[in-house]
Amino acid sequence: MSNDILIVAEIRENNLKKVSLEVLGAGQEIARKLGGTVVALVLGNGVTGFVAEMEQAGAAKVFLADSPALAEYSPTTFTQVIVKLVKETNPAAIFFGSTAYGRDLAPRVAARLKAGVASDCTGIEVADGRLLFTRPIYAGKAITQVKLKSDPQIATIRPNIYPIPQAETGRNVPIEKLEVNVFPGQAVTKAILKPETQELDVAEADIIVSGGRGLKGPENFAILRELADALGGAVGASRAAVDAGWIPHAHQVGQTGKTVNPSLYVACGISGAVQHQAGMRTSRVIVAINKDPESPIFKLATYGIVGDLFEVVPALTAEVKKLHGS
Amino acid sequence: MNIVVCIKQVPDTASKIVVRDGQIDESGLTWILNPYDEYAVEEALRIKEKRGGKVTLVSLGPSRVLDTIKSTLALGADEAFHLNDPAFEQGDPYTTALVLVAALRKIPYDLIWCGWKGVDGDYGLTGIYLADMLDLPHVSFVVKQEIAADGKSAVVEKEIEGGREQVEVSLPAVFTAQKGLNEPRYASLKGIMAVKRKTILEWSLKDLDLTPDQVGSIGALTEVVNISSPQARQEGRILTGSPPEVAAELVRLLHEEAKVI
Ligand SMILES: Cc1cc2nc3c(=O)[nH]c(=O)nc-3n(C[C@H](O)[C@H](O)[C@H](O)COP(=O)(O)OP(=O)(O)OC[C@H]3O[C@@H](n4cnc5c(N)ncnc54)[C@H](O)[C@@H]3O)c2cc1C
Ligand SMILES: Nc1ncnc2c1ncn2[C@@H]1O[C@H](COP(=O)(O)O)[C@@H](O)[C@H]1O
Repeated sequence: MSNDILIVAEIRENNLKKVSLEVLGAGQEIARKLGGTVVALVLGNGVTGFVAEMEQAGAAKVFLADSPALAEYSPTTFTQVIVKLVKETNPAAIFFGSTAYGRDLAPRVAARLKAGVASDCTGIEVADGRLLFTRPIYAGKAITQVKLKSDPQIATIRPNIYPIPQAETGRNVPIEKLEVNVFPGQAVTKAILKPETQELDVAEADIIVSGGRGLKGPENFAILRELADALGGAVGASRAAVDAGWIPHAHQVGQTGKTVNPSLYVACGISGAVQHQAGMRTSRVIVAINKDPESPIFKLATYGIVGDLFEVVPALTAEVKKLHGS
Repeated sequence: MNIVVCIKQVPDTASKIVVRDGQIDESGLTWILNPYDEYAVEEALRIKEKRGGKVTLVSLGPSRVLDTIKSTLALGADEAFHLNDPAFEQGDPYTTALVLVAALRKIPYDLIWCGWKGVDGDYGLTGIYLADMLDLPHVSFVVKQEIAADGKSAVVEKEIEGGREQVEVSLPAVFTAQKGLNEPRYASLKGIMAVKRKTILEWSLKDLDLTPDQVGSIGALTEVVNISSPQARQEGRILTGSPPEVAAELVRLLHEEAKVI
């Protein structure tokens, strides 16, 4: 086994996911402690252009699997490529971003290698030469530290935990092209269906403005959207708002929605039920706007405003626009 | 069509989680069917109602799991297997999948449903592990499915960041359910009464031809080093004044103090 850490880069619709760079940064930090290096795998069809990005972000070596056979995503085909590389290079660990992609692939790769997975990690340390993973459980109501008894040590890492490494041009690292000989998958992605309005996903956003039952109706999400747009953020929601049909489930934050970790979370007309807290309590700064001073959301809030969201939110939007000079 | 749903019993999502001596204190907990498994069960029942067939539940866990099995049978599932053996305790998703697979090899299926994750350990691993162990394709985060008339394939939508993927899959396969798939039903009185007449078979280590070293803490690939409670958030600040005043003050604080905008 080497001391290297392998990062699997996620490319969707010709875009490298931000989390892949974050995970590369994490891998670099950990690999240094293990006395190894961080290496990256770029796989897909027509993805050669992303090699440079991994290189500039700090990969010591980039493996490239670029093939028409990887044009459509299939967990079994992608797993074959990853497993073959792992068997040839024996990395100490494999890191994925904790996204629909990473969470789909990591357990499939792990099963093939008879390995455990530390999923949805929020931190990684090195202890006695093994990795020590921090992961929230019970929707963040408890935190565990776990080790894996199997090799390679496989983890998915939550977005927005590790910073994106500073890009460095002019690096010249080895690039190894992999031969892709794979069996066609039996579960193949044929199309990506997108909502008519392309919105930033809450799981990936650094600023989130969320609304709950206090919004009273679907039309009022427009008020939040204006604030989110002014802040360059995404719109989130409580389950009450989602279940009322005011906004699709993709926006739901919480135990049965998304776990988010932005630098700023603005909760408007959300009471702060435990299941909602579960999804957002690790946000760096939390703002609560609620007319009931007894709402549990105020226990979490960095800054609280007791008031009517229909007055406060537009005033906030105006102030943010003033700040940004528009 | 034979549909198997793997169901996990988890603490009620409203539960307070108490950590005592580095362990989760289970004494005060109420137990429910994992919310994502509720969607899985509902979808299985809808497929059965449309195409005919049987819905079989499989659950691994101690005796308390029996309550959840019964309340899920009351929704309309036909039969259940309870995988119960002291040797299974302290396992992890890998050993859980291993035991479930041993059971699934003895049960006919055309489709297997799991939840995408259990809201206890928040792993999101078991369904995909068992798909690979059974050499079946899988589709995760399923929010919509349409099985072909011949029952040999399906077109499935899965939720991804910012949209959905449309996946074509051959059956049998493993699907993991995401919220948004359906609105789960409640049990009817008739359904509850019918539970008495349904079979719940208990299978132990021996029944599944497994050995003690494959399962439980010995077989587990994960080792929990410690468990703790999350740090309490620092006491926040309440801003007061008219809406324009608090808005101006908040934006100043976010910009100058917190430096997040
Ligand atoms: C299994 C399970 C899973 C769940 N998962 C989730 C989840 O993932 N995410 C989630 O959010 N919930 C989840 N819930 C639901 C959760 O328990 C709460 O019911 C839900 O979060 C409440 O949403 P809310 O805060 O919008 O509504 P409410 O609790 O009704 O709160 C509305 C708030 O708006 C305030 N308000 C009203 N009018 C105004 C106004 N004009 N200005 C300012 N404030 C106003 C009120 O004071 C109140 O505090 C789950 C529940 C269960 C049982
Ligand atoms: N003990 C269990 N018994 C039956 N099914 C399980 C069990 N544990 C996990 N599962 C299934 O696997 C899914 C994912 O669980 P997990 O990997 O624990 O997050 C659950 O939603 C269930 O469908």
